[in-house]
Amino acid sequence: MPVAVEVRLPNILRPLAGGEPVVKAAGGTLREVFDDLVRQYPGLQGSLFNTEGEMHRHLNVFLNDDDVRYLGRLEAKVGDGDTVTLMPAVAGGAVAG
Amino acid sequence: MLVLTQRSWDVMVAHCLDGLPMEACGLLAGQEGAGTQVLEVYPTANAARSARVYTVEPRDLLRADRAAEAAGLSVVGVWHSHTHTPAYPSPTDIAQAPDPGWHYVLVSLSDTEPVLRSYRIVDGAVTEEPVLLATLPGGAVES
Repeated sequence: MPVAVEVRLPNILRPLAGGEPVVKAAGGTLREVFDDLVRQYPGLQGSLFNTEGEMHRHLNVFLNDDDVRYLGRLEAKVGDGDTVTLMPAVAGGAVAG
Repeated sequence: MLVLTQRSWDVMVAHCLDGLPMEACGLLAGQEGAGTQVLEVYPTANAARSARVYTVEPRDLLRADRAAEAAGLSVVGVWHSHTHTPAYPSPTDIAQAPDPGWHYVLVSLSDTEPVLRSYRIVDGAVTEEPVLLATLPGGAVES
């Protein structure tokens, strides 16, 4: 059953979503929410999904306060009024590991 | 240019020293758009727990982002340590730089005194920027 959620975007993704910091999307799972986002903002496709259609590895996704890696990733169930927060992975280091 | 308070400098360097022998990392917050003045720093865990690479712990990233927003600020950059190499972005740092608008601060612990430098990384091009230590409101001295 699709529900409405609020999706918070990091600065780096806002230009791909009309410049908005927060957008609305619908879906019963995170995958459906992402699909709806891409329907509205096709430019987000490559930032949300990898080429296999799974979650992009350089993306952190939180459902309210929880990292979706521990909630089933794209299969995580979303509820009405939930907030999905997208953030870039922040990583690097002295030597490729 | 990046403007830091002495307190921010101290917190960043202390977090890097505390993290030894692993790389340490944290996030910088400032006013969006006027992102040269760092107004808050948030030490974070290195989820990679490595002396060679770092990943800002995702929960700490969310916490810092929310704290910055509550203070009317935005995350404007990241700092991390290089334990045995100079304070210059590595190929890994450059390849994984998440945001061209951010400041990328490196703290090298390879010498007797910590060395802190700041860079912009845009489309793989690295440019060092001056770091100023603010001593008084409205006043700054170059580090």
